[in-house]
Amino acid sequence: MSIDVRGVGKRYGDFVALDDINVSLPTGQLTALLGPSGGGKSTLLRIIAGLETADTGTVDIEGVDATRLPPQKRNVGFVFQHYAVFKHMTVAKNVAFGLEIRKRPKAEVKAKVAELLELVHLSQFAHRLPSQLSGGQRQRLALARALAVEPSVLLLDEPFGALDAKVRKELRDWLRRLHDEVHVTTVFVTHDQEEALEVADEIVVINEGRIEQIGSPDELYDEPANDFVMGFLGAVTRLGPLALRPHDIEVAVEPGVVGSTPGVVQRALRVGFEVRLTVDVEGQEEPVLVVLSRTHARALDLELGSRVWLSPTTGATTVPVLGVPREAVVSA
Amino acid sequence: MADTRQIRSRRGPVAYVLRTFVIVYLAVLVIWPLYEVGKQTFAPTKSGAEGGFSAFLDRLSDPSVTYAFSLTGTVAFWAVLINTLFGVGISLLIVRYQFPGRRVLSVLVDLPMSVSPVVVGLALVLAYSTGKGWFGEALESVGFYVIGTTPGLVMATAFVSLPLVIREIVPVLEEIGTDAEMAASSLGANGWQTFRRITLPSIKWAVVYGVVLSMARSLGEFGAVKIVSPGAELRGETATLLIQNRYNNYEEPTAYAAAFVLVLASVLALVVVSLIRKEDHP
Repeated sequence: MSIDVRGVGKRYGDFVALDDINVSLPTGQLTALLGPSGGGKSTLLRIIAGLETADTGTVDIEGVDATRLPPQKRNVGFVFQHYAVFKHMTVAKNVAFGLEIRKRPKAEVKAKVAELLELVHLSQFAHRLPSQLSGGQRQRLALARALAVEPSVLLLDEPFGALDAKVRKELRDWLRRLHDEVHVTTVFVTHDQEEALEVADEIVVINEGRIEQIGSPDELYDEPANDFVMGFLGAVTRLGPLALRPHDIEVAVEPGVVGSTPGVVQRALRVGFEVRLTVDVEGQEEPVLVVLSRTHARALDLELGSRVWLSPTTGATTVPVLGVPREAVVSA
Repeated sequence: MADTRQIRSRRGPVAYVLRTFVIVYLAVLVIWPLYEVGKQTFAPTKSGAEGGFSAFLDRLSDPSVTYAFSLTGTVAFWAVLINTLFGVGISLLIVRYQFPGRRVLSVLVDLPMSVSPVVVGLALVLAYSTGKGWFGEALESVGFYVIGTTPGLVMATAFVSLPLVIREIVPVLEEIGTDAEMAASSLGANGWQTFRRITLPSIKWAVVYGVVLSMARSLGEFGAVKIVSPGAELRGETATLLIQNRYNNYEEPTAYAAAFVLVLASVLALVVVSLIRKEDHP
C-alpha cells in the first residue's frame, strides 16, 4: 500500500471536517476523492501532503509513518487548483525548483527539466514566465514541477477546477494518458462525478467528513452503497419504494408487467437524442422522471396526458429509499 | 475584463476651471513656498558677495552642517535597516500566522502613524531616561544611554516610520496567498528556503517601496527627535533640528540651504517611488 490513512479526524471549531477516515491507496493507481464541496476531501488530501495536520489518526506513506513529518520531508508532489506557479521564475526554473533545493548537479537538473517539459508539451515555452501561459499550460507546468522531484505520491487538489470546460476535458484525457506512462501513485480531488468516472481506477466517495463508498467506477455506478452515492454519481428518481436512474425505467402504454405503476405524462422535454418525461404517479407526491430515446418515445406514441405504466428495467440499479419520507423533506 | 474607468473629455469649461483651481492651489501651497526656499538657498552670503551654487556649497560646508547631515544619514540608515527587518518579520507574523492578539498587534502597528511624533519622543524619554525611566536605570548600569545619544535618535525615528514598511508589505502578502509557499515546501524547501526563494521575490518591490518611503520619512523626522536629542550644535543636532536652530538664530540662509537639501532628497524619493510603481505594474 502506498498511502495508508488510519482513523484520521479533523475539526475546525465545531465543524467536523473529517471523522475517523480509514482508507488505503495501492501503489501505482489513480484514485479520485469524489464528493460535494465542503465534504472534507480537500482536507484529507492536504493532511496526506502535510499541508494540514490531523487532530487524530495516522498517515503512512510508502510504509513510513508520515503523521508528524513536515511537507518537505514527505516526498509528495502537490498540484493546486490555482496552479501556484512561481510567478517570478521562468517555466524551466519552476520545474527545476525542487531539484535545485535538493542540490542536484546542474547537468542532471537540466536534463530532467528538458525531459519533463517534453512530457507536458511545454518545451518551446521553457524561457517564458508563467504569466505568458494559458491556464491549461500553467497547470501542466505545475504538474511537471511536482513530478520533477520523483515523488512517491502525486496529489492533485481539484486540478482542473479553474479551467474552462474544453481545456478541462483535454487535460483530463491527458492526465489519464500521463498516468499510464509515468505510473506514479496519484490521488486527485474532484467534485465532478464525470471526471472521476472517466479518469480514476478507484473512487473514494466522501461526504460530510465520512467515506460513503470505495470502489471502481463500475462498482460505484452499478452497486452504489446508498442513495447518496447513487444520487451523486448521476440523475436519480423515485419509483414507489425504490430510487433508481431515470433511464432504467421501462415505459409501457398498457398494464402488462406485474407490479408496474400507472401514471400520467405531465411534461415531455426533448433534448437532442433523448426525451425526458415527467410522470405523475398516484400515491407519490413527487413526480417520476423517465429518460428514453427519441425513437423509443416515438414508437410508444407518447404525448401529454398519455396514461403509462412504469416499471424498473431488468438489471436496473436500485436502492431502497431510506429514512425520512420524501414528502417530509420537500415540505421542510 | 473591460476597462471600467470613466475619463471625461479633456475639453469643456469644467475641465478648465478644475485645472486652474488645482494649479493655483498647488502654487500657493507648495510651489511658491518651495521656490522661496530655493531662492534663499542660492542668495549671496553677504551683501555684495557672489550668490549661486558656490554660496550654497559654502553654507553646507560649515562643520556643524556636515555633522548634522551625517548624523541624519546615520540615524536614517539604522532606522530604515531596523524597520525593514522588523517590518518584514511583523508583516509575515500578522498575515501568515493565527495567534491570540493578532488584531490588536495589527492595530498597534499603525499607532505611530496617528500619534504625534512629539508624544512618541515624550514616551521614549519616560521609558528610557536615566533619571526616572523604567529601563533607564538598568541600561545605565551597563553603560548604555538611550536618551540624548544616537541610539535614542534611531529609536525615535524607527518608531515613527515603522508602519510605512509594514503597510506596503501586508497587502502584497495577503494578495499573493500561501499556495506558492506551500507548493515550495511540498517540493522540499524548508522555511528559510521558501522565504528566500519564493516569498521575498514576490514582496520585493513592496519592500523597496516601503524602504524608500521610510527613508524619506526618517530624513525629515522632527518632533520625536526634538524631544529625545540634546539638540546642541555638534551634539545630537540633526538636519531638521539644525534648520530650526539656525532659523531661530537669524542664520536663515544656512537654514534654507539645509532645507533645500532635504527637499531634494524627498524629490529623489518620489522619483524612485514612481519608477518602482512603473516596474511593479508594467
